[in-house]
Amino acid sequence: MSEQTVLYDVPGPRTLRRQRIGTVVALVLIAGLLAVAIQRLASRGQFDPELWEPWLNPAADDFASVWELVGRGLLATMIAASLAIVLSLVVGVGLGVARMMSGRYGRIPVVGFIELFRGLPVIITIVYVWRASAELGIPIRLLPGENALWYLVIGLTLYNSVIVAEILRAGVASLPRGQGEAGRAIGLTEGQVMRSILLPQAFRTMLPALISQLVVVLKDTSLAAVIGFGYFELLRRGQQIYQILDNPIQTLFFVGTIFIVINYALSKLAVSVERRLSVSGSTSRTGADAAGETAG
Amino acid sequence: MSPVIDNLDLYWSGFLTSLEFIVYSLIGSMILGTVIAAFRVSPIPALRAFGSAWVTLIRNCPLTIVLFFMGFGLPELGINYSFFFFGVTGLVIYTSAFVCEALRSGINAVDAGQAEAARAIGLTFSQTMSEVVLPQAFRSAVPPLGSVQIAMFKNSAVAGAFGIGGDLFSVGKNLTSAQGYSYIPVLTGVAIGYLIITLSAGACLALIERKVAIAR
Amino acid sequence: MRIKKLGAAAAALVLAGSLAACGGGDDEVEVASETDFEAGTTMAEIADRGTVTVGTKFDQPGFGLLGFEDVPEGFDVEVAKIIAGALGIAEDDIEWVQATSDIREQVIEDGDVDFVVATYTINDERKQRITFAGPYYEAGQQLMVRADEDAIEGPEDLADNPDMKVCSVTGSTPSEQIKEYLADEDQLVLFDIYDKCADALGNGQVDVVTTDNVILLGFVSESDGEFKLVGEQFTEEPYGIGIEKGDVEFCEFINETLQENEDAYLAAWDRTAGEVDGTEKPELPEADACA
Repeated sequence: MSEQTVLYDVPGPRTLRRQRIGTVVALVLIAGLLAVAIQRLASRGQFDPELWEPWLNPAADDFASVWELVGRGLLATMIAASLAIVLSLVVGVGLGVARMMSGRYGRIPVVGFIELFRGLPVIITIVYVWRASAELGIPIRLLPGENALWYLVIGLTLYNSVIVAEILRAGVASLPRGQGEAGRAIGLTEGQVMRSILLPQAFRTMLPALISQLVVVLKDTSLAAVIGFGYFELLRRGQQIYQILDNPIQTLFFVGTIFIVINYALSKLAVSVERRLSVSGSTSRTGADAAGETAG
Repeated sequence: MSPVIDNLDLYWSGFLTSLEFIVYSLIGSMILGTVIAAFRVSPIPALRAFGSAWVTLIRNCPLTIVLFFMGFGLPELGINYSFFFFGVTGLVIYTSAFVCEALRSGINAVDAGQAEAARAIGLTFSQTMSEVVLPQAFRSAVPPLGSVQIAMFKNSAVAGAFGIGGDLFSVGKNLTSAQGYSYIPVLTGVAIGYLIITLSAGACLALIERKVAIAR
Repeated sequence: MRIKKLGAAAAALVLAGSLAACGGGDDEVEVASETDFEAGTTMAEIADRGTVTVGTKFDQPGFGLLGFEDVPEGFDVEVAKIIAGALGIAEDDIEWVQATSDIREQVIEDGDVDFVVATYTINDERKQRITFAGPYYEAGQQLMVRADEDAIEGPEDLADNPDMKVCSVTGSTPSEQIKEYLADEDQLVLFDIYDKCADALGNGQVDVVTTDNVILLGFVSESDGEFKLVGEQFTEEPYGIGIEKGDVEFCEFINETLQENEDAYLAAWDRTAGEVDGTEKPELPEADACA
């Protein structure tokens, strides 16, 4: 935040005093709001130990059951997310290359596909895949694992592959033009230029954005909990737990924390990868673009 | 497509409800996001920490969990309104984190020389911000802000699944479960409704960008 | 002719079943050790497969509530086990699928389940998409309010109190039937499962929950005195078992199985929904003609 230090001078004594007063006021306000919230929650019994013990106390009756379900849910989430991101990568690169290399007319269906799945909310896409498979008789059951897993994965892939295609396009566009020109100058075909020169460099710049997209995919797996098809990922397991124990706030708190921790770690990874790969401006702009794309 | 045509009035009212939901969320998230962005750049460390924590926690949390937390948590705090209200609150809180980061990227994009020059001619912090930095920052922030808000339009479908009631998603659910229509035509109608919103928003954004945004 | 054959088969099954279950405790459902179904019937197909997929509720205490072992428990679940037993399938070989009120017809039409036992009220609209066996239980719609609520004593009071929100579940018969008692549609709040209605009642989001009295009693018993039922039941809700449309043989088989196993049926009630205060032990109703 170089901007920060530039926006104001080193504070003199009067400003320092004002800042200290401001800090105290801010802290008092925040503490006050928290106190009100805690007092209200306590009066509704939300701090009763029996609501928290199954999550926190290894000696509690249900502790083992709760965490076993969490483990299974987390595994289901990871399987769905990994499949989705890998497939999105494969399909997305294909789409991106198709878009960049097609002629003016060949481009139209590809762009149409991309704009369609980019404009649709991913939850609609997932429900569509679920019902279309049933109503059109598409044999999802031929794939290994439960049907619901594939409804989720295919839906996520349709959305995220389009995003990957756009990340790829941005990545290739950010490469110095001389790369492509030099390739063509030594007699390579367009396809060879793409494969041997542009794509490998683009992948390096895409890596941070791809890791950020994995965060999006992980968050989106929780959509399975609000769609009725019965894929027991982490949030759905959370629902199962709080329907038995009647402690939704506590359960959601812990499930949310698990998601936040995992996604935070992944985001940190993306930032460190970006820093390491930063070779004179050839990384894709994860800052602004990611703010937009990862809002999904 | 007959279920769509037979129930066009239902689709229309669902579309309007979704739009209403989106407008509230748009206004709310811009306001809250700007406040949090202000916290993040303020000279008071406590506010900076609060803003930073807000963004980190909310960006990494799935929207579904934020919505459920609103649905279960707000009533426990004594805030007892409709699920539509909970949906708006949840989506506003979720989107505010992204709005904040988009605005911050805009502020960062303003050349440091601008602020240095402003200080050099003697402007105070608030004058620097309001006369020099923020106007340029907003123009730079238009593209990321635009995509954050379009993402929010799409997330309104998640709020629909969560149960705000009466919106496009609920219309789809109502027609397929209670009335037993086949899903594919009904869902196609719902999808078209959302596409109208996102594609026209995308086109508007492109127009605005051409007029306003600074090349970054 | 066919009915006679099935009747004989069913009787033989029960005999074989009871012989096989000799020594089993009261809690165990009888599993037929030998089955002999006419080829081509659903029963033969299931018996050959060795497993059966049943749709039931996962969120309804007393009828179908998913426990920590990932297996639902409740009266509907027990009825399903009785039917599965007659098909020669032990309870460990039953696959349970969540059938929320809004997808019960779909899971049958999709072929994802063999039958649905999920507080499934028989009505004519649903009969256009699926076939019902049974009824196996007669519930009635009623209202549940917070224990300190005095304003509502029955459905007639709902229109007089238009600010009070009434909660039910999408796709359920009670949600449709309550509409005529409401001042306007805004009074009705719909969720996908009853658990959410109960939560909403507890924190003041809604003021009334309406559905079948048996379901409500499950929530009342779990509420530690926070909720109560008011008024009398004002509709009749016969619960049926949903199967693929037109499968008359399977329907008749199910009806006969239940008739033959009335003891198990009553025992199942006692150890599930019957444990809730205020419920009455049912009599197995006369089954409707299969169509």
